[in-house]
Amino acid sequence: MKNALALVAVLLCANAASAQETPSTEARPWAMPGEEAVDPYTTSDANAGAAPISDPRVLEAFHGREGIERIAGTLVDLSFADPRTAPIFKPFDPVRIKRTLSEQFCYILGGGCAYSGRAMAEVHKDMGLTPANMNALVENLQKAMDMEGVPFAMQNRLLARLAPMKRDVVTR
Amino acid sequence: MRAKTGLAGGAALLLTLTASQVAAQGLETGGKLLLTGGVSTVEGAGGGGLASWATTTGYGTEGEVGGNVHGTYLKLPDYEFSTWGAAVGLFDRVELSYARQTFDTGDTGAKLGLGKGFAFHQDIVGLKVVVAGDAVYDQDRWLPQIAVGAQYKKNDQGPIIAAVGGRDDQGVDYYVAATKVLLDQSLVLNGTVRMTKANQLGLLGFGGPGKDDYSAQFEGSVAWLANKRLAIGVEYRTKPDNLGFAREDDWADIFVAYAFSKNLSVTAAYVDLGDIATFKDQRGFYISLQAGF
Repeated sequence: MKNALALVAVLLCANAASAQETPSTEARPWAMPGEEAVDPYTTSDANAGAAPISDPRVLEAFHGREGIERIAGTLVDLSFADPRTAPIFKPFDPVRIKRTLSEQFCYILGGGCAYSGRAMAEVHKDMGLTPANMNALVENLQKAMDMEGVPFAMQNRLLARLAPMKRDVVTR
Repeated sequence: MRAKTGLAGGAALLLTLTASQVAAQGLETGGKLLLTGGVSTVEGAGGGGLASWATTTGYGTEGEVGGNVHGTYLKLPDYEFSTWGAAVGLFDRVELSYARQTFDTGDTGAKLGLGKGFAFHQDIVGLKVVVAGDAVYDQDRWLPQIAVGAQYKKNDQGPIIAAVGGRDDQGVDYYVAATKVLLDQSLVLNGTVRMTKANQLGLLGFGGPGKDDYSAQFEGSVAWLANKRLAIGVEYRTKPDNLGFAREDDWADIFVAYAFSKNLSVTAAYVDLGDIATFKDQRGFYISLQAGF
């Protein structure tokens, strides 16, 4: 049943992609091998929740796709270890979060990745997150960007795009 | 001075104890990002050094409380100015503050006919309420964070104030502040409009000969966020000119604020207060310490 649904979803994605005149990136499935199973859904870059930054200096400061992947990995590792955020992350698959976060950052930083994760409001609607939870995540992201050697001003270029997502992420 | 430092230290200890008690009882603290609570102004409110901002003081987010104590010292060519105070931020919505200012005329007191070492003291109780916006997170909107506030000020030198032409030794300032972080430029902007009758913050009383009306004054701040811990900025504050015996000038400063942690920050500034009570060009260094949570 899941496979059939998956096929339908892939076809839908393919249709959506071909319907676009100039698809900037190739459509991706909602899940990848090696990740815990998730219910199928239609992927869309719009789910990333922010428009890409066009300034190439920002992507360069993040050391391209490899740097972004390292930052997303570090952020997830830090957040699973941080007592402030660990209980929130615990039920979820770190492999999948690392991949979708990396895609999201890469898309927003103009790295040309497709985002295959779900929309922020959809993902966080039942988590009951507070502003303090959100700030704790931002602090971990700042730490991860520091570890990658991303200059503070460039870090803020990404944070400026992520900031309005607070309205979708924080529900109490 | 020593007694006051002791008092501020005691208050700091009390706040630290309160913070641990608050944490033990399950009320969260410290959820804001570094420096986003601002520093302590000379009037006790959260903001820059001279300008009250729309942010609530301390590190409490919407579900949390924050609080701090501060001490500020400013050495001018002909005077010394110091304040200490305490403030709490409740649920990132309401701020309550208290400050006690001392304006010490030192040797200048004798030249002014007040006597050597004559000092004005002023107590300021402040209330601020955030009414709209999120300075840090609303990065896709122009709307700044907006707060309204009031500061009740009471000076202890009523007869002297009357003698120099001040109408009253107490007054209330009302203000609207708008603060916006332009994150993609690492800038913090603030603009505040204050309705006031105060002469030199109220240290020389309120109103003057033939003048007992409120006037609208402006406070502006621009700060560059150099990194998570460090903000470098400039401020400008316009002032009324109510008294007849001496001209009152606008104030300006350049400042550096550094947060060692969410519990301790220091602000250093070079401040230009212009002419004060006929003594010209009162410029000097300002240092302020803030401890809290």
